[in-house]
Amino acid sequence: MIHSPIHLLTKRFNKRYFQANFWLQCLFILLLALVLFGPILNLLIWTIAERWYFPHALPTQWGLKYWHQVFNPYSDVSGSLFNSVFIAVLTVIVCLLVSVPAGYALSKQTLPLRVFWMLLFLLPQAFPNLTVYINIARIFYDFGLNGTFLGVIIVHSVHGLMFSIWISVAAFSTTDPMLERASRNLGAGPFYTFFHIVLPQAAPGIIASAIFVFLESLDEFTGTFFVGSPNISTLPLLLYTASMEGNYQIASITALILLVPSVLFMVIITKFMRPDMLSKLGK
Amino acid sequence: MRRTTSHFLWLIAPAALMVGIFFLYPLCFSLYSAVTLDSGELTLAHLNKAFELYSKDIIFTILIVLICVAILAVLSITIAGIITLSPFRTLSKTLGFLYRLPLFIPFIVTAQMMRTFLAKNGLMNNTFIASGLLTPMETVSFLGWSGIIITFVWKQLAFSTLLIAGAMAALDDSQIRAARNLGASRWRILLQIILPQIAPTIGVAMVLSTVTIMSVLSVPLMIGTGTPTMMTADMAFRINSYGDYHVANALGLVSYSICAVLAWFYLRQNLKEKGAQS
Repeated sequence: MIHSPIHLLTKRFNKRYFQANFWLQCLFILLLALVLFGPILNLLIWTIAERWYFPHALPTQWGLKYWHQVFNPYSDVSGSLFNSVFIAVLTVIVCLLVSVPAGYALSKQTLPLRVFWMLLFLLPQAFPNLTVYINIARIFYDFGLNGTFLGVIIVHSVHGLMFSIWISVAAFSTTDPMLERASRNLGAGPFYTFFHIVLPQAAPGIIASAIFVFLESLDEFTGTFFVGSPNISTLPLLLYTASMEGNYQIASITALILLVPSVLFMVIITKFMRPDMLSKLGK
Repeated sequence: MRRTTSHFLWLIAPAALMVGIFFLYPLCFSLYSAVTLDSGELTLAHLNKAFELYSKDIIFTILIVLICVAILAVLSITIAGIITLSPFRTLSKTLGFLYRLPLFIPFIVTAQMMRTFLAKNGLMNNTFIASGLLTPMETVSFLGWSGIIITFVWKQLAFSTLLIAGAMAALDDSQIRAARNLGASRWRILLQIILPQIAPTIGVAMVLSTVTIMSVLSVPLMIGTGTPTMMTADMAFRINSYGDYHVANALGLVSYSICAVLAWFYLRQNLKEKGAQS
């Protein structure tokens, strides 16, 4: 092949263009990283800052004073943490009890009105839910459910239901119907077949949905704000109160407690949840 | 076949009942309360009052939503485009990990982070001062409308990019390769081949983001600076200070209507896809 000068020139130009593109993309990623990590770093600094005011660029006094305050057994934080976990665990149980059978039924393509049911469980995500929470609080008031654990758990369960049902449907859809039929043909009853053949196959997806509901409940603010407060304080409510009182250290430590499980779950689920898989969800 | 599966309906009943009682009933109740007097007569008084008192906030909310959605669309398409089309594998992998970081970070935590980060003595201004871009006296607090937008975009970007990148990954690879072989630039592939095919997904991502922005209470309360504020904060104020459910629900009705136009698109899209499959 003969390299004419013009050929060489375009080649060199292409290479330079290629390199420029590379550095441009590097710059974009760097900026995104700064924007993403900046607020998180700021939060971390606040958790160990004892004194920090304008115009100091960094805290003038560092220390773990507020950590001791937070993990004092008599502090509000440990009580709220207990409430949050208690509510989240019960919410997961309620959601699983309701959504496992529903997910199994909805995974059958022949189910009458299947599209309608799927859309019904999508509905809570298609409306701004603040107004709904306000009215739930009003209705609960008549039944004495305001400020009770039961009320908060119901609100969290309805919120989590959409995720748990849609993920369970996807999980049950991946099970092999032939195994189920074989089990029935060999004389196993419907319950035995479900618990020994179908459920184990769908277990990974159901566990994922349980983790999802747990996190959603742990992080829920608006519903608890209207239905639970002031009797029931969860971590998000405590964070809000501390932040509004200007107690940024306590608010930041509480935020960090909520942040850790969220980021951990994100890293774990990245292994299972690839974008191309996600596009198949709900089919 | 129908006979064998209709008894499965019993399995859905508990879930359907829960959504019916604890979502649909309060939803209908709010609509009813927005347009009736205590005695049960129809009235537009609550809606009028809502517009009279909060028309500024309604416009403010719509503007915030529109700006957020526009920024979100541009950023998530850019990120998803780089991930799908970039010739540099390591870069697109790094980006693929990075953008998902805020996916599960709760709004309330994001709000707290931004409340300190964007403040006058927050890390953002301090970095600008340290790098010599600003002097301490020139710094301004970003809490307010710009802070609300930054917070929503920061948090929602992961979700909308995930959906859009997913749609791009599900596209037929051979089209992109064919276009490349015919000499199309990567920009052209993104704009003329990929975008038209994933337009419905972009729509869905933007609708879901709109609904989220209109539901979150913590961000306007913690980042906003009073007036004008978002409708969610007004509703909470109406309830907590006056116990005025009628006007709060009238505001709710307005926020439904803003979302309804978009939600219709979202549901119709889903219905079309589901209908084609079942």
